[in-house]
Amino acid sequence: MIAAFFERLNETSGLNFSVFYDAFDQSRFLTGLWTTTYICVVSIIASLALGLLGTWVAGSQSRLGRLLVRGYVQFFRNTPPLVQLSFFYFAVASLLPTVSDGFGGQSPLVSGTGWAIVAFSLFAGAFNVEIFRAGIEAVPSTTVEAAESLGYTRLQLYIHVVLPLAFRICLPALNNNLINLVKTTTLAYAIGVPELLYAASQIWSEVFNVREMMNVLLVTYVALVAVLVWVMGRWERALRIPGYST
Amino acid sequence: MSKAATHSKASTDLPVLLPFRAPAPISPSGLASPMLLGGATLAAFAILFGASLALAQVTARPPGESAVTVLLRWAPLIFQGFLFNILISFLSMALGSAVGVLVGIAQVSLVAPVRKLAWGLTQFFRNAPWLVLLFYAMFLLPFEFRVFGLTIAFPAWVKAIIGLALPVAANVSEIVRGGIRSIPSGQWESAEALAFTRRQTMWMIILPQAFKRMIPPWMNLYAILTMATTLISVVGIQDGLTITRAALVAESRPELMIPMYLLLLLMFFAYCYPIARATLALERRFNVKA
Amino acid sequence: MASRHELGEPVVVVEGVEKSFGALKVLKDVALTVRRGETVCIIGPSGSGKSTLLRCINGLVPISKGSIKLAGREVNDKNLDKLSLRRDVGIVFQQYNLFPHKNALQNVMMAPIHVLKQDKAEVEARARKLLAKVGLSDKLSTYPGELSGGQQQRVAIARSLAMNPKVMLFDEVTAALDPETKKEVLVTIQDLAAEGMTCILVTHEMGFAREVADHVYFTDGGLIVEHAAPAELFGNPREERTKAFLDKVL
Repeated sequence: MIAAFFERLNETSGLNFSVFYDAFDQSRFLTGLWTTTYICVVSIIASLALGLLGTWVAGSQSRLGRLLVRGYVQFFRNTPPLVQLSFFYFAVASLLPTVSDGFGGQSPLVSGTGWAIVAFSLFAGAFNVEIFRAGIEAVPSTTVEAAESLGYTRLQLYIHVVLPLAFRICLPALNNNLINLVKTTTLAYAIGVPELLYAASQIWSEVFNVREMMNVLLVTYVALVAVLVWVMGRWERALRIPGYST
Repeated sequence: MSKAATHSKASTDLPVLLPFRAPAPISPSGLASPMLLGGATLAAFAILFGASLALAQVTARPPGESAVTVLLRWAPLIFQGFLFNILISFLSMALGSAVGVLVGIAQVSLVAPVRKLAWGLTQFFRNAPWLVLLFYAMFLLPFEFRVFGLTIAFPAWVKAIIGLALPVAANVSEIVRGGIRSIPSGQWESAEALAFTRRQTMWMIILPQAFKRMIPPWMNLYAILTMATTLISVVGIQDGLTITRAALVAESRPELMIPMYLLLLLMFFAYCYPIARATLALERRFNVKA
Repeated sequence: MASRHELGEPVVVVEGVEKSFGALKVLKDVALTVRRGETVCIIGPSGSGKSTLLRCINGLVPISKGSIKLAGREVNDKNLDKLSLRRDVGIVFQQYNLFPHKNALQNVMMAPIHVLKQDKAEVEARARKLLAKVGLSDKLSTYPGELSGGQQQRVAIARSLAMNPKVMLFDEVTAALDPETKKEVLVTIQDLAAEGMTCILVTHEMGFAREVADHVYFTDGGLIVEHAAPAELFGNPREERTKAFLDKVL
């Protein structure tokens, strides 16, 4: 029914939303959507893990470790993500060996999608380190003192008092960063990863419906972000403490 | 929590009078000075850069021109491209800020439809990916524009500036709204009591106070925009990244890839890191968060 | 007034304690003895080192010189298990410092479960009793952010009591409260003292000190200027500095 509607719309008004009635375009678009979602989910998880790891090292006794984390954070925060991605995809990949693809050809060890995930995780992870650190530092020292005077050990203090509070404090910033990550995944277009933007551009260059596809694309991304905002919002509400504002 | 947060603000220099501070759970900031940190990161850059260059020199097959010579030949061109990125960032920031301030003020308008429209535009352009907005501007803006018989040409780079200005405007709009909202309502009330009109209150009382608080997030946005200008290479405009790629294609020496890209990254870092530090310093001074 | 109940052996013995923050000497040769069941108030102008002294007693702040003995153990001993020491000393702060992400009951239960590894059901029963004792039976599942200052402070007292401490330290616990809620907290402490809990209070509540304390210490400039039973110290101070201070605050 939806297909029929858009087909009629094309015939009557010339507005060609081919993704809604053309099976081929639709499958290309959905594949793109899937790839984007896949990159988003894996990068979000990896960036959170990197953020935690970085925060842990940054708080450790090792001077070298702290220096490395600070350098990592500053580097990825202050250089363009697109150049970072190019650096990984073209330059770093050129150092890695290729593997036989089983058909007599050689294929790269890490695919474009793989490099996109690596670059985006490192990029977002750098921001996560800062966000988590700020959250931990925002836990009032008096609350920490109270726990200490009750005899909490350092580890217990972190598990039961500091981290639960720090996490709530940094959720809004984390939220923003993850939304930003979703938007950043469009950069994978530049290295030919068949994600959403790439799929859309293929469709419009063949079907000549730039205007229509562009709007579909914008709405799709805004919807993707909305889903993330909704999930994070629910999470935030679930963690909300009555009478406590951060 | 609010009650607890406002305690003991009285100034004193006697340690015993200061609120007792337990040792921070993790060592604060790791390193002492931001200058040192910036220097250290730059040094790490330099070492990486030097090492990759040396590696390129050694592994070149067949041994041809020295890697340093090739790099020196291209460096001025890449730098020119980088300067073009900066130029684009200036123009987009100017355009986006001008539009964004107006939309931001519209976001606190007393007229509901104006307020809602401004809010909707802001949210939409803030949440759309920059690259998609850039495509939008590149493809959907006409290549020329006619008003009153005058033909204004819209070359690609002008469209790119507009494309980048769209998300900038949306973000500036949010910054302005946040800044205005952060001024306590007592200011509005007392201005009203002194018979200021709403417009006078906004421009003479609220905005001057809010301005200070808007600067750090605005600078932060500028740094993000500067890094985002590399996106124009994706839509076929020659910038630093395009030239770097072109150089690598022309030389077809894969061992030069790492030093070349590092050189470009270095340029952006040298430009953006000081901005980030200044933003942080101002944030602390004004006690606001970007 | 002073011998409301039998005083036992010394629980806290402070001798020749000095504490410096950098060049600034905050405590100079402080000595003080508190016996089991005794209620001691420390009064004096702001910045006289009162709060620091309390924090030294439970080992939150290390001392520079001297000795503090708590139930016979040297607090400043590096080999002493700080955690076991803190189990013996409860401290209540001016700013309550409750854990904002836990409700009243959980705040009281947390430390016995996590630190003392006690049985949860047993701890809960005790926590309910303690909260009833401080008059908060109806606020068990209320979060700190929803409680008034006085209520939060009473939860904080219950939280410290849940560890079964030998001594309770109170650091200007009513300073942040408004007059009406002050009273409920002071009454709670008074009840506690009457039950025989050893209490050390840093306070600006002269009326309370006069009425409830067994012994009052007056500190100024990091020194203990004089100490005596409340009737004597308030009624007939020996030192000029004490007189001047009392004239100002009374």
